[in-house]
Amino acid sequence: MEAAHAHGHGDHAHHPAGIMRWIQTTNHKDIGTLYLWFSFTMFIVGGVLALMLRMELFQPGMQVWQPEFFNQLTTMHGLIMVFGAIMPAFVGFANWQIPMMIGAPDMAFARMNNWSFWLLPPAAILLVTSFFVPGGATAAGWTIYAPLSTQMGPGMDLAIFALHIMGASSIMGSINIVTTILNMRAPGMTMMKMPLFVWTWLITAYLLIAVMPVLAGAVTMLLTDRHFGTNFFNAAGGGDPVMFQHIFWFFGHPEVYIMILPAFGIVSQIVPTFARKPLFGYSSMVYATSSIAILSFIVWAHHMFTVGMPAQAQLFFMYATMLIAVPTGVKVFNWIATMWKGSMTFETPMLWACGFIFVFSMGGFTGLVLAITPVDIQLQDTYYVVAHFHYVLVAGSLFAIFGGTYYWIPKWTGHMYDEALGKWHFWLSMIFFNVTFFPMHFSGLAGMPRRIPDYALQFADFNMLSTVGAFGFGLAQLLFLWAVLKCIRGGKKATDQTWEGAEGLEWTLPSPPPYHTFETPPVVK
Amino acid sequence: MTSKLARLFAAAMALMATGMAGANQYNLQVPQTIIAREIYDLHTLIMWIILAIFVVVFGAMTYSIIYHRKAAGAKAEQFHENTTVEIVWTVIPFIILIGMAYPATKTIISMKDTSNPDLTIKATGYQWKWGYDYLQDGISFYSSLSTPRDQIEGKAPKGEHYLVEVDNPVVVPVGKKVRIITTANDVIHAWWVPALGIKQDAIPGFVRDTWFKVDKAGTYRGQCAELCGKDHGFMPIVVEAVEPEKYAAWVQNQKVKMAKTAVADDPSKAWSLDDLKARGEKVYASNCVACHQATGMGVPGAFPALSGSKIVNGPKNEQIALVLSGKPGTAMQSFKHLSDVELAAAITYTRNNWNNKTGEAVTPADVKALRK
Repeated sequence: MEAAHAHGHGDHAHHPAGIMRWIQTTNHKDIGTLYLWFSFTMFIVGGVLALMLRMELFQPGMQVWQPEFFNQLTTMHGLIMVFGAIMPAFVGFANWQIPMMIGAPDMAFARMNNWSFWLLPPAAILLVTSFFVPGGATAAGWTIYAPLSTQMGPGMDLAIFALHIMGASSIMGSINIVTTILNMRAPGMTMMKMPLFVWTWLITAYLLIAVMPVLAGAVTMLLTDRHFGTNFFNAAGGGDPVMFQHIFWFFGHPEVYIMILPAFGIVSQIVPTFARKPLFGYSSMVYATSSIAILSFIVWAHHMFTVGMPAQAQLFFMYATMLIAVPTGVKVFNWIATMWKGSMTFETPMLWACGFIFVFSMGGFTGLVLAITPVDIQLQDTYYVVAHFHYVLVAGSLFAIFGGTYYWIPKWTGHMYDEALGKWHFWLSMIFFNVTFFPMHFSGLAGMPRRIPDYALQFADFNMLSTVGAFGFGLAQLLFLWAVLKCIRGGKKATDQTWEGAEGLEWTLPSPPPYHTFETPPVVK
Repeated sequence: MTSKLARLFAAAMALMATGMAGANQYNLQVPQTIIAREIYDLHTLIMWIILAIFVVVFGAMTYSIIYHRKAAGAKAEQFHENTTVEIVWTVIPFIILIGMAYPATKTIISMKDTSNPDLTIKATGYQWKWGYDYLQDGISFYSSLSTPRDQIEGKAPKGEHYLVEVDNPVVVPVGKKVRIITTANDVIHAWWVPALGIKQDAIPGFVRDTWFKVDKAGTYRGQCAELCGKDHGFMPIVVEAVEPEKYAAWVQNQKVKMAKTAVADDPSKAWSLDDLKARGEKVYASNCVACHQATGMGVPGAFPALSGSKIVNGPKNEQIALVLSGKPGTAMQSFKHLSDVELAAAITYTRNNWNNKTGEAVTPADVKALRK
């Protein structure tokens, strides 16, 4: 990593070298790199936890872990993947790409940018070390529902502090992104000329600013319930356990879109490039993204249809949830219309983008099934839900992250990645992803609850298949690490434009770009 | 080569046949109530709609991928933005959604109609078992997992109903509207029986309700559906639907059983230390063993040991008070729902077992005195 950045551009004299360079850096490219490596590290940690829990689920019966440790594994897998892997990865992309895509020299608040990254490692350390405190990590699920979470040991407190810190980091990062986008666009780049990735991040940043404080509030109330005798969620003291769920999901549902909107942005950059054709409906994509964001605030209770709310509330949340299918459909139709009558080639980024559209849409379909309240009441808290959200979070967010990495890594490093490696990575991931998660639809329909360490015999076949798939998927990710390291160390020289059909300001810069870019803003016509 | 292919084909057919046989491995369980049937049909309807959309959308995408490749000689056209097309693909999904929402709305309204039940049963979630109170008939009992530990730990072959069998099933009459009221003692649980089409969270301090009317006699199995701690996967629900006459006989039988227990557990009789210990071992096994373990050693870091514990070997009133009120912020909940005799027995057992040798009996009267 160090070596890759040290050669090719000679303007390093004015900042420290070695480790201090990374600790003190205020450069958006360095910080982007830090975010991406951090998120990859957490992805591996979260992945190992997932494989540990799939090991126990390979066969009926308790073989490897105790039930309480199993619950810690599911909980920490969720927290680490959501807050440690997926979210920081998108912030990494935002840091690298937004200034280069809008023709800005750097992020608006360069020092705050440094701080928002460096808050993350302490949070990660809190999460990971919570396994080693008495009682172990929190085992209340990533949703940390009260009052189960008030029963937990000190591991829960560490997770609460970690969430506070990561929330602060996200809010700072978002303020930075909003300010950069609104104030630092090159002359001539009107809002409706911004690349879609920039648009989706602008909207995501607003969502983050709106809901991270809500999560902070929820976990703070939890903390005071745990230690200072308050009764926010304790019915015996006049509180309400269901209120925790309302507050949590008021954060949680927009959070889901925080993890998918930037992915939409990345795919909307990749598809036109490799179809050699402009995006079919740019403005409708912008409006669709905004509608999804707005709707995300009024659908939260569809995560809690089984708590027993009045029929009117169930109807409202069902209708609102179903509405989301409309703008999401618009996005998918737009991508396909962009491909239509294009001149497509299928380099690795395009494979990931097509894979994304295909598999993410299946997650969208099951989302529609789950929106129907009566059906949801059967499927809530079963493996069907596990299948659904992995289809949108792995096949959605993660596939887009991989696609984006292959798409922009030639720009970042100045080298082309190894196409064969990239394609192997794609196909193995695609196959094993489906082997892992497709059977979970069946287990869930047939009645297997989620978050259980052991299961009845009729679920045995599909669980075995899922475990085999999970190990295949996990191992395939080592190919990604290999491809990235190989690309950093060398490879065919990437041209400035890199891809035949690529358009946008970042492709006017040399590959790799100099340490500081667009010190004089370009003019966009 | 052909024989190899033939074998492969035969294997595939066999796989499909087993798939057919175990149909409930692939789909919702066979519905047994009107609501479950409506849910089943709704799900099937939506799957057909989704399949149609899938074919159209991904048919177009696949066509494009095959024919609009550069390698196939495709030249990129530069069209974009078409208001008519965009309006069409916004309006059509909207209409499809309305078609889906209409039947769903009807089902929601009938699911919510818990009025005029023939029978009301209160289901209380405990970590980790269910308690049932038949409000009209005055029957109460607990229902815990009956799968032996050895099967779970792989020391014995697993039975047919592994993890979905209980000691005392919920018995209901067929053809009667049964209203289930849920609540919980400690954390949130969820009472779920897939074949009956109901899942209702059981929330401590709150009461929720739902209903079902079973069409035909049979045994229907479900599980707790809301993460409730360590043994969340080990608190199944079994509903036995029987003909109304059999139900009446069962009610009588339960009443006799309860009366016998009441006599055996008479708090006013003279309880010897050994009587209490013997009764206490049973109470301990069904209420305490999940956390504190049969060895009394607990689970280090998670659940404290009772053997050698300061509280268990200390003044008895402090231990009684702790058991009655629970310890806030931990999995140690209040056990005041147990009777004076049960509590006295269990506490006596812990104070005179393993390394604990207080030699002292806790009487039902001691417990009664400390109840608020």
